[in-house]
Amino acid sequence: MALPAAISSLKAKDGLQLGMSVARLFASAASQIKVEVMPYKVHRIEAPSNIVETNVPELMSFYKLMYKLRRMEIAADMMYKAKFIRGFCHLYDGQEAVLTGIEAAITLEDSIITSYRDHCQHITRGGSVKELMAELMGKSEGATRGLGGSMHIYNRKANFYGGNGIVGAQIPLGAGIALAHKYRGEPNVCITMYGDGAANQGQKYEALNMAGLWNLPVIFVCENNHYGMGTAEWRAAKSPNFYTRGDYIPGIKVDGMDVLAVKHAVAFAKAYALANGPIVMEMDTYRYHGHSMSDPGSTYRTRDEINAMRTERDPIERVKKLLLSNGVEAGELKRVDKDVKKEVDDAVEAAKAGTIPPDSWLWKNMYVAPLGGEMRGVLPGQYHAPDFDPEYTS
Amino acid sequence: MQSAIFQCRPRLQGLILPVGNILTTAALSSLSGATMVQADQNNTLATEPLPGFKRLNLCNAVNDALVTALDTNYRAYVFGEDVSFGGVFRCTVGLLERFGKERVFNTPLSEQGIVGFGIGLAAMGHTAVAEIQFADYIFPAFDQFVNEAAKYRYRSGGSFHCGGLTVRAPYGAVGHGGHYHSQSPEAFFTHVPGIKVVMPSSPAEAKGLLLASICDPNPVVFFEPKMLYRTAVEDVPEGDYMLPLGVARLVVEGNDVTLVGWGQQVLVLQQAAAQLKKADGISCEVVDLRTLSPWDSEMVCASVSKTGRLVVAHEAPLTGGFGAEVAATVAERCFTRLESPPVRCCGADTPFPLILEPVYLPGVARVMEAVRGVVNY
Repeated sequence: MALPAAISSLKAKDGLQLGMSVARLFASAASQIKVEVMPYKVHRIEAPSNIVETNVPELMSFYKLMYKLRRMEIAADMMYKAKFIRGFCHLYDGQEAVLTGIEAAITLEDSIITSYRDHCQHITRGGSVKELMAELMGKSEGATRGLGGSMHIYNRKANFYGGNGIVGAQIPLGAGIALAHKYRGEPNVCITMYGDGAANQGQKYEALNMAGLWNLPVIFVCENNHYGMGTAEWRAAKSPNFYTRGDYIPGIKVDGMDVLAVKHAVAFAKAYALANGPIVMEMDTYRYHGHSMSDPGSTYRTRDEINAMRTERDPIERVKKLLLSNGVEAGELKRVDKDVKKEVDDAVEAAKAGTIPPDSWLWKNMYVAPLGGEMRGVLPGQYHAPDFDPEYTS
Repeated sequence: MQSAIFQCRPRLQGLILPVGNILTTAALSSLSGATMVQADQNNTLATEPLPGFKRLNLCNAVNDALVTALDTNYRAYVFGEDVSFGGVFRCTVGLLERFGKERVFNTPLSEQGIVGFGIGLAAMGHTAVAEIQFADYIFPAFDQFVNEAAKYRYRSGGSFHCGGLTVRAPYGAVGHGGHYHSQSPEAFFTHVPGIKVVMPSSPAEAKGLLLASICDPNPVVFFEPKMLYRTAVEDVPEGDYMLPLGVARLVVEGNDVTLVGWGQQVLVLQQAAAQLKKADGISCEVVDLRTLSPWDSEMVCASVSKTGRLVVAHEAPLTGGFGAEVAATVAERCFTRLESPPVRCCGADTPFPLILEPVYLPGVARVMEAVRGVVNY
């Protein structure tokens, strides 16, 4: 069959070269650093090598991005407590390495779709911190014009399909997006992200079946932070080995707190998905905050566990150690920290000064606006014509 | 044949106080209206609760009802997402410790699975009290409700039924909930013959209606107003009592216009009625439907026959909302007694918005405007 031949041909090429041909390359003049990452656990596929090559400029870019994401989420926490942000706010700190590694291995032509823990995807897909903070505060300068909020960040030009509130609902969507890529002949995949809680949703298995049947280029990424809201993975799932839950679809388990491991594995997965079809990835990661800002995060797990994660497996600290041991000055990192802090603080101030969306936007985007030009109002006999925004039709 | 297994300890329909006094539901309704407070502390309660009553908020009242239900029926279960540690709204606090993990347990994140599994449990004659974490998430389970729960007795010719199923879900606007933590899906469920839809509007109502729903030999969807979980405090009778399903409650008596609502909207109607009385001298009669399916059309029609005007208010969108059913029935049966057409004051025909929530909701100002409209017709 074609499948084993394809896999063995993948293995025949050096896994490293394959990964790097797909990943964004950095200045080849910089010397290569070889890092050994945790060996990958695999299901129905040969594991890629666990020696990852990188260099200082790339590590610096990872550090800067992850630190920015971390500071942004902490700023969101403070703004929530100060009541500038209201509603539901699901923070991503602790899981930065997953997203940074994924983005390093793919391009902006590949699509991403995720759940409600979506603040950081906006940044990695080219958005600004100011747009994100404005969206969280419900201002019209925000990423979704203040109409979506924390759980609904989208970016059309960068192929970021959101930002979905209902758990697991984005998984079949991801399969559909992948079909469109394949149909159009594009060498692109759809990264479909979900959590360990969503892994028990029926619609995930419907999507897996369809993706497997039609060999769709979709990478199912399960961000396993071990708790679905307040329920530990072993209490919700008979088999918490989420990378095997695809059954007939190959899977690979990655240390999600190590950005290099993630990048290498996702590059491998992208090559596989384009050649053969769907693949499931499980990122073993952790969230420091609770499920959302309404959840203290300590009623179902111990503070010792959270602190242990922070000291032993923090993704930013890991990259920092690598940089320091490869000749980067501590002072330079401090400068990066300062710049990032300033950027985030400025963004927060700018967002606070934003404008609230006008009342008439309540009726916007219900249907394509030229549909009769009239919309039923809230009281009988009242009609409002929505203002038609041409940008929405492109 | 299997209905003998379905046990529900027989109780008097009404109120049973531990000391042996029996209050009728009419007396309870006057208590509920007068003594319920909101967080703004404009109303004040007497310093001590009445004897035989306990001062509780709505989530404690629900907790109390669940404790009672599990206590009196050894074949009752409470399950849902995150219920073990107490639930996201703390309605199931203490249940696991008291009744054990065979009867109070977490389910995985699968709404369709939860309801389907509950239907199966109930089909065996057990009492399944399932929780859906937010009413917005109930839709994967909608097929199970419509095609399984509602039709089980009908299609088996009475051989089987899932009457022991009660599904609780918090619904309604909460101020900052956004699209997926604020919806009111009651209209979808009222459209399905075979299930009952119950929506309490205060702590004492919640406890009585929940116990009645659990004991009702039909599958029931119980929508709890999440805004009132902590903000509504009331003197709730201790012990075991049920309020009748399918019977509406008269909250405020009046002569000029009938205001019909349910759940957290009843409080809005009460406030509007108070303000209208003060500002315009309009005397509003406020009716809390309590059960939407089957609903107390007799009482509402009697009220409209008296006042001649109707305003129905609900948070769900206007088109196809349950207000349409109420308005159509009233128009049909009270046509000659009406002074003005029935009016629905409802949420906008849009998805539930985020920052524009005050524009969307039928708040006190909009209800007052609607009432003035019908009075000056």
